[in-house]
Amino acid sequence: MEIPAARDPVSALREAFGEALLHVKEFRGETTLVVDAQRTAEVLDFLRVTSGLVYNMLSDVSAVDYFPDDYGESFDGEESDYRPERFGVSYHILSMLYNRRLRVKAFAAEEDPRLPTATVVWPAANWLEREIADMMGIVFEGHADQRRLLMPEDWYGHPHRRDYPLGKETVAFSFNVDEIHQHKPFARD
Amino acid sequence: MAVAEQTQSIEEQRRWEGSLDQLRGLVSERAITGETMLLNMGPHHPSTHGVLRLLLELDGEQIVSCLPDIGFLHTGIEKSLEDKSYEKALPLTDRMDYLSPMSNNMAYAAAVEKLLDLDVPERGQIIRVVCLELARCASHLVWLGTHAIDMGAMSVLLYAFRERERILGMFEMLSGQRMMSSYIRPGGVWRDVPDDFLPTIKQFLNDFPYKVDDYEALLTKNPIWKDRAQGVGVIEPDVALAYGMTGPALRGSGVNWDLRKAQPYCGYETYDFNVPLGEHGDVYDRYLIRIHEFRESMKILNQAVARLETVKGPYRSQNNKYCPPLRSELGQSMEAVIHHFKLWTYGYDAPDEEIYNAIESPRGEIGCYIHGTGANKPRRVHFKTPSFIHISALPVVSKGYLLADMVAIIGSVDIVLGDCDR
Repeated sequence: MEIPAARDPVSALREAFGEALLHVKEFRGETTLVVDAQRTAEVLDFLRVTSGLVYNMLSDVSAVDYFPDDYGESFDGEESDYRPERFGVSYHILSMLYNRRLRVKAFAAEEDPRLPTATVVWPAANWLEREIADMMGIVFEGHADQRRLLMPEDWYGHPHRRDYPLGKETVAFSFNVDEIHQHKPFARD
Repeated sequence: MAVAEQTQSIEEQRRWEGSLDQLRGLVSERAITGETMLLNMGPHHPSTHGVLRLLLELDGEQIVSCLPDIGFLHTGIEKSLEDKSYEKALPLTDRMDYLSPMSNNMAYAAAVEKLLDLDVPERGQIIRVVCLELARCASHLVWLGTHAIDMGAMSVLLYAFRERERILGMFEMLSGQRMMSSYIRPGGVWRDVPDDFLPTIKQFLNDFPYKVDDYEALLTKNPIWKDRAQGVGVIEPDVALAYGMTGPALRGSGVNWDLRKAQPYCGYETYDFNVPLGEHGDVYDRYLIRIHEFRESMKILNQAVARLETVKGPYRSQNNKYCPPLRSELGQSMEAVIHHFKLWTYGYDAPDEEIYNAIESPRGEIGCYIHGTGANKPRRVHFKTPSFIHISALPVVSKGYLLADMVAIIGSVDIVLGDCDR
């Protein structure tokens, strides 16, 4: 079987999606494509099925929090960095056929961070997105299972956010037990 | 009265479960009405290889659906890494996949090196290959022993741990630690191999192939083993790819993908070895693949040890902005003292960029995503771990098999819960 020639993902996406491709960045041989948050699932599906691209495997989904002031208007970094919103979610995809990787990145706003789920494209995104929803508090719209994954289900807050203090669980004493139990309804039962 | 008590206790149980309503949509409707049984397997079940809880929905003995529940070993390693400088964060990565800490060290070190654009000298790379392949053998030995004991073959565990002990002894020679070695570091390895290391590993390489033959004699043609393993837990190649499975679990389904071949690191492209592949994608094929990987690792180790004898030179990068100067230089060079002090107090700055780097661990692709801040601490470190991915695929792999097969399936995809929960 003849393997179709590899296509450049950047030009292919620009052709197919135009405006939705917001930014392109190269660093240490890795390509990052920032796409319109509402169309991530569409873009990922396009990258998966289109001949000459065939990014057939989802390696990883990871999220980063640009808190406190490394995003939006207060960002004073280099021009080549593009950080319009607080949260960035990166889909690391891999094409086994052409042996190359690509990072598709979408940004979610600080208030009510939402992204469409990629579970319709890869079932592998299921837990990876649940982990992000749990630890970063980003809601993946259309995800079938919205429960917490790693933290207990009555946990308060999202530990991987940068404004979540790295510390310990508060020990319950008689003076603060009511306050703690407000955050943990199940612990009292 | 008895019936009333019983109903109450079921009600009670459901209240504690607290989530029968939450489970709607996740298990079938028959479970809600009570037609099929919901059974908790774990978190204290010995064959769950740690603390994994599976909520199984059973029709008789057949698995209708399976809901894995993880997080019991979540230790916030990724969050802790954000508060440490790059060099000092390394020992935490040992604690993720505690059966092959060297692979975690390597995943993290390689990612940091990529972020810093740091080169590793040749001898350092050879020592790394030796460590990684020994770690692969040690990890597979634990897998072999526990997998066999799960399926009722008791004696294999004792033999497997006997050899693993020798590998851990070699790790102790290298790093002073049997398990949490922190030996592979950004820029190279901690120190050169000691003088008595080479004779020890040569002795091991002489003996080990015969030991692998012994394991095979116990299991490969054993009819009970074949009955339990063949045709069980079949993973179709397209399912494996869709669920992002890697490593022996993917190669068992016949997909030829090994990062050591496809995207070589540490000079793996210069070693001569094969990637064993399965045909049926069942438990038995995954067993055979790991047994063959022992032999392939031996091939690599033999070549690497031969190179260790001829290739001399530095074992870690000479760039003292990122790697500490030699201890012996501290008494003579003021610059070395400055570098030493700077490295162990402040560390080094890494660019405000993101990178993703993956290596082939014994369990599959272990990827490390690092986003720097421009200062000495990362903004975010994320590990993509094979166990996490493989447990998320358990529901689809186990569907339709018997409860007793679940034990075989969990064993065959080789999960480590520390790796999964981080």
